[in-house]
Amino acid sequence: MELRKNYFADVRKDDLHEIGQPRPRSDSPGHVTGKTAFFADRTFPGMLHLKMVRSPHHHARIRSIDTSEAEKHPGVVKILTAKDVPHNVYTILILIQVGPEDETVLADGKVRWKGEAVVAVLAETERAAQEAAAKVKVDYEVLPAVFDMEEALKPGAPLVNEYHGQNYYLYDSGECRKVRFGDVEAGFAGADHVLEQSYQSSPIEHAPTETTGCVVTPEGNDRFTCYTNTQAMFFTLDNTSIILQMPGSKLHFVGGTVGGGFGGKVDVIVEPIAILGAKLTGRPVCFIYSREEEMQISSPRAAEKVVIKDGVMKDGRIVARKVTGYTDAGAYSRHSPYGAQKGAGHYPGPYTIPNVWIDTYCVYTNRTPSSAMRGFGVTIGDFALEVQMDKLARLIGMDPLEFRFINAYRDGDMKAHRQPTEGAALIECMQEASRAANWPVAEKYLAMSSYVKGA
Amino acid sequence: MAKVPVQFTLNGSETAEFVDSGTTLLHTLRDKIGDTSPKGGCHQGTCGACSVIIDGELRLSCLTLAETCDGAVISTTSGLSENGILHPLQRAFLDTFATQCGFCTPGMIMAAKVLLDHTPNPSRDEVVEALSGNICRCTGYEPIIQAVLTAARSNSQNAA
Amino acid sequence: MALALQTFATVKDANAALKAQGSRYLGGGTLVVRAANEGDVSVSGLIRSTEPSLSAIVVAGGKVRIGASVTMAAIGGHPELGMLAKAARAVGGPAIRNMATIGGNLFAPAPYGDFAVALLALDATVSTEESETPIETFLANRDGSRAIVTSVGFTLPPQGGFRFLKVSRVKPKGISVLSIAAVLQQAPDGTISSAWIALGCMADRPMRARAAEKALLGRKLTEDGVAAALAAAGEGTAPITDPIASAWYRAEVLPVHLGRLLLA
Repeated sequence: MELRKNYFADVRKDDLHEIGQPRPRSDSPGHVTGKTAFFADRTFPGMLHLKMVRSPHHHARIRSIDTSEAEKHPGVVKILTAKDVPHNVYTILILIQVGPEDETVLADGKVRWKGEAVVAVLAETERAAQEAAAKVKVDYEVLPAVFDMEEALKPGAPLVNEYHGQNYYLYDSGECRKVRFGDVEAGFAGADHVLEQSYQSSPIEHAPTETTGCVVTPEGNDRFTCYTNTQAMFFTLDNTSIILQMPGSKLHFVGGTVGGGFGGKVDVIVEPIAILGAKLTGRPVCFIYSREEEMQISSPRAAEKVVIKDGVMKDGRIVARKVTGYTDAGAYSRHSPYGAQKGAGHYPGPYTIPNVWIDTYCVYTNRTPSSAMRGFGVTIGDFALEVQMDKLARLIGMDPLEFRFINAYRDGDMKAHRQPTEGAALIECMQEASRAANWPVAEKYLAMSSYVKGA
Repeated sequence: MAKVPVQFTLNGSETAEFVDSGTTLLHTLRDKIGDTSPKGGCHQGTCGACSVIIDGELRLSCLTLAETCDGAVISTTSGLSENGILHPLQRAFLDTFATQCGFCTPGMIMAAKVLLDHTPNPSRDEVVEALSGNICRCTGYEPIIQAVLTAARSNSQNAA
Repeated sequence: MALALQTFATVKDANAALKAQGSRYLGGGTLVVRAANEGDVSVSGLIRSTEPSLSAIVVAGGKVRIGASVTMAAIGGHPELGMLAKAARAVGGPAIRNMATIGGNLFAPAPYGDFAVALLALDATVSTEESETPIETFLANRDGSRAIVTSVGFTLPPQGGFRFLKVSRVKPKGISVLSIAAVLQQAPDGTISSAWIALGCMADRPMRARAAEKALLGRKLTEDGVAAALAAAGEGTAPITDPIASAWYRAEVLPVHLGRLLLA
């Protein structure tokens, strides 16, 4: 590894002792000897296995649920339905005042996506739980479903989630998150060229090697220990406390070791129902997703659509940018209202543009609920923005890297969402990229600085 | 249901268990014997996290029934280090930063061990092929390949 | 009912046990145990046989007979089956190849079953205790097949006469976009006198590319010579759609890969 200390040499002390030095990872010795304890490496006598009966339909009303045959199945200890969950309607971000609660722990009256949890079966063995789950009878009235964001936003589209009343998340700013800066129409009117393009992505599954799950054991004093691979320990503890209407002091969460997460283990899905099962049976419970559940049931990165309209001058300056972003939340909010909001803040990218208009929508469809994944809300947007930047450079016949130097934000520039830029370092990164990738740019760009005025 | 007796050598120790018929070796090792170094990542034979060595061959313990291992010699990653001294592969995985989340690591080390047992000085392509049934979703393949090549070099230096 | 395994010394006894409802034959476990792990509760009894002939490979007089329990690794490493090594090694990673059997591969649904594609091109026969069936007939009826497959037999093609290609998106190893096997015989002037071409992933099980075979007869392995075969390659196919590729994509790339295989 090579440290280029010449960048910012005049604005920081040269006192880096750890950075640039190889240091052993504290968890590696456990990993290479197989001694690292992942949640599923714990087993307890008498542990029950939880299997979920899931909706085979994208959108349906539940007429009735008959668990009588399943209850009689050998090895079955407990069967849970919506009425067993103390506070069955929840939303994870309620902890940071994002509402309304819009998702059921176990479906109550309706399912809104294929794979939604309906009935939980707890049995002595995994096999007995699977066999009993196959005997649960759910009578569905199939409803029209909508899978496309633009279709979902049209008048007359099937209503996905009644807790919202419409197929988009209602922000305090209205039907979308909005950023307004300068006069974008005047910008387009004065531009040499205007380019409008649309970009879209499909959902992406994290596919961690270790599937989502938890092991819960009752401590015998109304307290429960939950070994989990959640990436969001306190979010999970607090939401579980709300869902189960139990004080947090009754819940002991043990985690921190995650066999791959990438954002896919921040939803509070397995813990509340497993703890409820342990509470109602008095026995340890494990609820571990099968590989198929991990791929089909756990939230993916949201599908997105991004429409970018830019006004650009022949000399390379972008003078106006209008972005409309759509985030497909699937049937429930989870982290998607936040993801769409991040998108609004993130556009127009790391560029200083005098006239900006951003609208980002969080849209509900009958698809698997999406949620967090590595830079969710901005990653797909960055793909769209940088492809757009290349197209703009081509349009005006300019080198794509030089085009970015011209528009790069620098310290002191006002961003569209009214945060002054500081610590930008984009210019310096591109200078180094130019050298490392052997992509030469004109000398004047190599003389630029993120923080020296006029340079 | 009647239990089935199974006896095999695990990491050099004679081991006997009564298992339910149809139980996988993975389940037996982890939940009955307490060797949790093989991991259950997919239970489909796709990810390789459950890889163990049975009679000198790399096998997937999630698809192997315990009963079929009666009399077998089984090795897992937890049995690799001796008297607290890491096996050259374990040492190399540490030194080349070949672990990230660590979930795939025991399976990777098993696959690498079988390779080096048969091919002490593998080419890079042979290493890639040997690891081709093991998934690292943190996508740290390059350091893992380097770790196996490093371990092979240190083995041959020790032998010389 | 819990899963239970019964082991029999002879195929005959195993066949008798297999008549019980809910029972399935256990080969290497890569299909049956996988299904049980994923929650397929239709299987409750697993039957296997340890009869030694099931694990034998016999090569004599240009004829090959491979016991149904022989693994992909054993085929891939057999000194006299070198020309099939590529097809055997196309299956899974090293651990899978140590477990997956030739008998099991005959039952592997697309996109799996690459080796069965090779066997189809080799015009193999599939044997049970009672009968010997051409592989094409066997594959067509495999869903209802109850008798234990004991071995697979075929005639070794002349050196260089067998070609195999598996196309994956992941390197070095991945699930098939498609696989193609071909056994070609050429007259002294280079024209094709006999062609057997089998395709994987172009239907729910391996299939022959009969129109392409016919279009190759009397032609040479040149770009012009194979053009008609490539144009006909998709005839009668019904490619699968799965997370690896859509039916449309598979149909589009089939002629490209067949061309590469024929002109290689």
